[in-house]
Amino acid sequence: MNWKTFFAMLARDAHVARRNLVALLLQTMLQPLLFVFIFGRVMTSSGLMPENYKSMLLPGIIGMSMVFTGIQAVAMPLIAEFQFTHEIEDRLLAPMRIEWLAVEKVLAGMLQALVAGGFVVPASWLLLGKGVALSLNQPLLFAGVLVLVALFASAGGLTLGCSVNQTQIGLMFSLLLAPMISFGCIYYPWSALSAFPVIQKLVLLNPLVYASEGLRATLAPQYGHIPLAVVMGALLAIDAALIAAGLRQFYQKAVS
Amino acid sequence: MGIGVSTKDLRKIYTSPPPMAGPAARGRMMGRKERKKFEIVALDGVSLEISPGEVFGLLGPNGAGKSTTIGILTTRVRPTGGEARIGQFDVWRQQVEAKRLIGVVQQRPNLDFALTAREILTFHGAYYGLPSAERSHRAAELLDKFQLTERANDVARNFSGGMMQRLSIARAMMHDPQVLFLDEPSTGLDPQTRLLLWEIVREYNRIGKTILLTTHNMEEADALCHRIAIIDHGRVIALDAPAALKASIPGGYLLRLHVSRSTTELVARLEAMAGVREARQNGDRIDLYADRGGPLIGPIAAAVAESGTELYDVHISEPSLENLFLHHTGRSLRQ
Ligand SMILES: Nc1ncnc2c1ncn2[C@@H]1O[C@H](COP(=O)(O)OP(=O)(O)OP(=O)(O)O)[C@@H](O)[C@H]1O
Ligand SMILES: [Mg+2]
Repeated sequence: MNWKTFFAMLARDAHVARRNLVALLLQTMLQPLLFVFIFGRVMTSSGLMPENYKSMLLPGIIGMSMVFTGIQAVAMPLIAEFQFTHEIEDRLLAPMRIEWLAVEKVLAGMLQALVAGGFVVPASWLLLGKGVALSLNQPLLFAGVLVLVALFASAGGLTLGCSVNQTQIGLMFSLLLAPMISFGCIYYPWSALSAFPVIQKLVLLNPLVYASEGLRATLAPQYGHIPLAVVMGALLAIDAALIAAGLRQFYQKAVS
Repeated sequence: MGIGVSTKDLRKIYTSPPPMAGPAARGRMMGRKERKKFEIVALDGVSLEISPGEVFGLLGPNGAGKSTTIGILTTRVRPTGGEARIGQFDVWRQQVEAKRLIGVVQQRPNLDFALTAREILTFHGAYYGLPSAERSHRAAELLDKFQLTERANDVARNFSGGMMQRLSIARAMMHDPQVLFLDEPSTGLDPQTRLLLWEIVREYNRIGKTILLTTHNMEEADALCHRIAIIDHGRVIALDAPAALKASIPGGYLLRLHVSRSTTELVARLEAMAGVREARQNGDRIDLYADRGGPLIGPIAAAVAESGTELYDVHISEPSLENLFLHHTGRSLRQ
């Protein structure tokens, strides 16, 4: 394995990301922070939501920001590069097995997802004001969940970016990502769905559910959540499946 | 010293339409069964033996399979059959080793639009593991050579087509590859820049590098290549040094006649004339391969008049690769 090539590509992605930092931050932060403000601040201050809703919401928002940053950071450039600009050709010709280029993309996406999570936590905390009760009793488990969520996001981005056409980007958002958010247990815990047993079973197919529940379990364990072992197991399986699918799709796109 | 390139009975059948072909060609409306049937035979047994230090040209009309040949040799296209080698390495089985030896300018532009011209070169160098000092040094040198120094710190997105092409070639040379692949390198270059490119190619070749280029331009193939393979429908139909190829056309001169009505009798008569080697009829057009040009016009006009038809037009061309192509395929290269 040619690590020099690998790290040069990582450096390239970091360089481009740094150059677009402001736009990137706005793109990934604005939406979650608006949610935080409306649901976590406006609704609770007005008494429409109880004060402790804040701590329920924050882990979900972290998960959502990470997942969407990761997916977008990997998928959008790939879609453009494979179909339109062909920018990626030069890296496909570099002296390294091309699968490693996909791995590099996934790693870069993970880092961006983690950075996004890292920005959202303090920003939301500030926006939410008093009354956020998060506890970090199991830092290692929390870190584990973070890594698995970041990997899910960027491996998902790889799979989508190598499967979706330029013309289908709109569909990808409206038919796939939007429902994923709504049924991703971001604004409510999974247990809240118990009144809708069918939906409650169906949403278990949504990886975002495990991201939200996992973060909630490690940050705000006071709310009922899916057992952490189940969450970790599901995230691991999802990550493995998405990596396998992503590598396969990448290869098919890359070699004719 | 020097690395050769070879292919043995290379075959490529595409089983899906090109990704850029748009909705109609992709057959989104087709049923599964029909889509399965998609098949394009792009290469049908291409064998080439390119020596170390040779400038080798691939010449052929659109869709002949030139880019596919280069694609396979550069690991970008998976061969359906046959073997491709860069030096001692099998391109498909030893991709990384093969990639280390080659530099590629692809036909469609593929510059990294997120980077400036200089960064495109330095990052490219980094992918090949060049140390940082050498990267900046070589980048500066190449920018200068390709007259891009002035725009070195602009993003390539804003470059004109010809500037992008120059930058692509500079990038391919950045890691000092032993074998350089140039797929239609002079497309979009103005005549002056084309000459600059030719000079750069010759200079690169003088230090022992192997160069494989494709072109539609006879003059370019003639000026640069030691040997040329003419490709049509995925097959090599002629392969030799330009001069030898030209000498192989019967007679060398081509006279294309346009008549009001051509008959087999007239064609036979023309073919029997002194100096004419071969006559081919194609509707009201007759191609004569002959060992002289102008002096034949008188006798031809007489023969045509005697057969009761009218001579609309005569076009004489001297021995050229264009004629050679026409001779082998019955089609003009430019169509
Ligand atoms: N990625 C692809 N998928 C499907 N078919 C392809 C693909 N690339 C090329 N083809 C087909 O293979 C054939 C050979 O194409 P190729 O690009 O090798 O020709 P070429 O000689 O380079 O032509 P040109 O002078 O136009 O560049 C064409 O019929 C083309 O449509
Ligand atoms: Mg081509």
